[in-house]
Amino acid sequence: MAAKTKKRPARRPRIAVRDGVLKATLDNGLTVILKENHNAPVATFWCWYRVGSGHEHSGITGVSHWVEHMLFKGTRKYPERAVDQLVSREGGVRNGFTWLDFTTYFETLPAGKIDLALDIEADRMVNAVFAPKEVDSERTVIISERQGNENSPHFLLGEVLQASAFLVHGYHHETIGHLCDLQSMTRGDLYAHYRTYYAPNNCVAVAVGAFEAKDLLRRVDKAFGRNKPGPALPVTTSVEPEQRGERRVTVEGDGTTAYLDMAYRVPEARHPDFTPLVVLDAILAGASGLSMFGGGTTNASSRLYRALVDTELAADVSGALVPTRDPYLFTLGATVRQGRTPAEVEAALDAELQKVIDQPPAQAEVDKAIRQARAQFAYGSESVTHQGLWYGFSEMFADYTWFENYLDRLAQVTVDDVHRVARTYLARSRRTVGHYTPKRQG
Amino acid sequence: MKTEKAGSGHASSIPGPDTIQRREYPNGMVVLVKENFSSPVVVIDGVLRFGSVDVPRTQAGLAGFTTDVLMRGTQRRTFQQIYEEIESVGAALDVSAGLNVAGFGSKSLAESLPLMIDLLADVIQHPTFPEAEVEKVRGEILTDIDERANDTRRMASLTFRELLYPEAHPYSASATGYVETIRAIGRDDLERFYRERVGAGGMIATIVGAVKADEAFGRWEDAFGNWAGATSHRSPLPAAPRLSDVRRKSVVVPGKTQSDLILGYVGPRRTDPDYFPAALGNTVLGVFGLYGRLGAKVREKGGMAYYSYSSLEGGLGPGAWNVMAGVSPANVERAVELVRGEIRRMCNAKIPAKELADNKAYITGTLPLRLETNDGVADRITDMELYGLGLDYLQKYSDTVNAITAQQVQAAAQKYLDADAYALAIAGPANLQSAMTEPAAGN
Repeated sequence: MAAKTKKRPARRPRIAVRDGVLKATLDNGLTVILKENHNAPVATFWCWYRVGSGHEHSGITGVSHWVEHMLFKGTRKYPERAVDQLVSREGGVRNGFTWLDFTTYFETLPAGKIDLALDIEADRMVNAVFAPKEVDSERTVIISERQGNENSPHFLLGEVLQASAFLVHGYHHETIGHLCDLQSMTRGDLYAHYRTYYAPNNCVAVAVGAFEAKDLLRRVDKAFGRNKPGPALPVTTSVEPEQRGERRVTVEGDGTTAYLDMAYRVPEARHPDFTPLVVLDAILAGASGLSMFGGGTTNASSRLYRALVDTELAADVSGALVPTRDPYLFTLGATVRQGRTPAEVEAALDAELQKVIDQPPAQAEVDKAIRQARAQFAYGSESVTHQGLWYGFSEMFADYTWFENYLDRLAQVTVDDVHRVARTYLARSRRTVGHYTPKRQG
Repeated sequence: MKTEKAGSGHASSIPGPDTIQRREYPNGMVVLVKENFSSPVVVIDGVLRFGSVDVPRTQAGLAGFTTDVLMRGTQRRTFQQIYEEIESVGAALDVSAGLNVAGFGSKSLAESLPLMIDLLADVIQHPTFPEAEVEKVRGEILTDIDERANDTRRMASLTFRELLYPEAHPYSASATGYVETIRAIGRDDLERFYRERVGAGGMIATIVGAVKADEAFGRWEDAFGNWAGATSHRSPLPAAPRLSDVRRKSVVVPGKTQSDLILGYVGPRRTDPDYFPAALGNTVLGVFGLYGRLGAKVREKGGMAYYSYSSLEGGLGPGAWNVMAGVSPANVERAVELVRGEIRRMCNAKIPAKELADNKAYITGTLPLRLETNDGVADRITDMELYGLGLDYLQKYSDTVNAITAQQVQAAAQKYLDADAYALAIAGPANLQSAMTEPAAGN
């Protein structure tokens, strides 16, 4: 293996161990987070890069996601499809995700095979080929992915809503990117993005599973230690200006179902108001599943379900509060029932929001939100992949203690906190309202 | 190879007769329990012997409508009370009808297990079908059917089943139903269906997690041991012969930019002897790595589709074995030809030894991942009971897979697949040419 190179001077990663989590920084700047979990003979390994669609500008929207695809298209050591095949052959699963603040890759394998993941990720951090033929072929795959998204009215409405909510910040476009950029972006654009952002000093490596942490750290150091730090990272300077008044958008499309979305500008995950907003979201629209892989519970006992679905105005209602690096959105969405209009649903939603602005919630509602979060945490602890996701994800907008202390912070939220954030952030002047209106057919 | 940390002593052994406890009861139910104290969570997973196959086409959607309304009110609880109790403890609890059976289950902290069992017993044994709730559910289903009409994947799926199965076969009808059938179903129909079809006979309940087996059995017995419910027998499914020609239908879903296609066949039952060879063949065709051979051809080489994979339903009846792909409308014909080419290769050529070995290694190697969570374990234990696979099924799993030969896989492919006789459903925009957007199309 190429890892057997000349002897290097001994390095001493800076290590901190806290509540069973080992966090270290290698000499080349790679952050490493390791958590032992011996419940099952499996392990997960993730590489999180601090670059996502929020770092992109017009002309290259979608570049982060496309680069993610290209990292599955091969290096010299692991040519096209080799990663997929090797991981499968060893009884593992793998995937990659790109979102607002990050691009990430993971493999979950039988624990004894986890070194394969280390080697794959260390290699493609610096050695991805980006063959022109593969760039062309992947262009049509990604355009096909976008077309699949466009088939959904939710995507069409969400894209316009996001663009209206952000005038300046990179959060203003969907992660998939604009069609024109996907058609025009070059191999040079993709490769430049890769060389800029894929370096140990812009990466957090996370492993959770049945291993011995200090021993695994030595193996991570061996696999990644030879990757040199990259150049200084571009500083993103975009700051979204204050919103001065409600914004409204309409998307017209086919089908016969209407949808309503309302997006309120809210602070970033590190902000002290974020945790009370989590409770507010749970009270209004039900508990979140704490996972990008779905889950969670039903929300039939939430305030908005009672106000919109029980009253037969909407077929469903949901809330989404995403932890992000910069201020983002708290979005409420509803599917309008047959024979009803988005305006009727909006009026009922407004009336319900006014109640939480006028009156503090009951202590029992706050307690319920905390109990729900506690259960979701326990469910998450069953899966090393889920835990790897959260240790890495939280490093993208704060650090892993954000995740570890989540329940403690929630437990400190008071009814006054929830009332205060409702009054502050549910102001109409902070929101963008979107209606999807179907062109009724024949 | 490093030795895994010893001493924690749990979960590294595959569930089997030594760790799964099974009890049969006079009312016909079977309960299985597997203890796992590695997290404070308990999962219940089970089936009742009714489904959309028990409904005539004129009442399509009745089984699902009934299970939705079970959750809407009981002799002791209103709809809001039911969900307040579930959600207040952060649990999930559900009853839903499938094709052949209805599934039920819950996931909760261990401390909430008694509540979950009480709620399941209440909604399954004492539903009241409140009139107002029936109307709410009806409206939600009708909205869902509306959304389906604007969803290319769902329309392709609906059309595919109509093409694949004879009209008299219940698999050809939508399990969700149609506007006219959902409008026509009355509260009496729901109650009658419940009375005639929902009972303890053949019921399977699997409980996995942080609970002592004796306690789990005791609580389940207290809640369900005296229940009988319906005792009616099912009529056997009509025949679902393999197709002898191409049945193709395109459905226009206006305003879309991508077409979804499903090409497929009547596949084996889960209990058929050639299910395992077919499942291995399916992995080769459209699963291994990134979507197997189909992924390599349609996505990687053709650059045509974001997704292109295959799936094998199995199940109690002859479920479908099919290929699904989402492609630019301009590429539909090319994609179909590539898929047919791969089907032909599955039938005409034995799988090379290395490819077969890789696929076996994937199927057997991922077993620990699938058994990582209580949900994963419960799901498999229920299947073992439902399909009569035996409590040692998972422990023999690797041997079973490794014993399959390339000849058996090819024989299964030849029995079920045919490049020149298949059902093909396509759902997408009307004017294919106008939907062309990518510059590289056709290159």
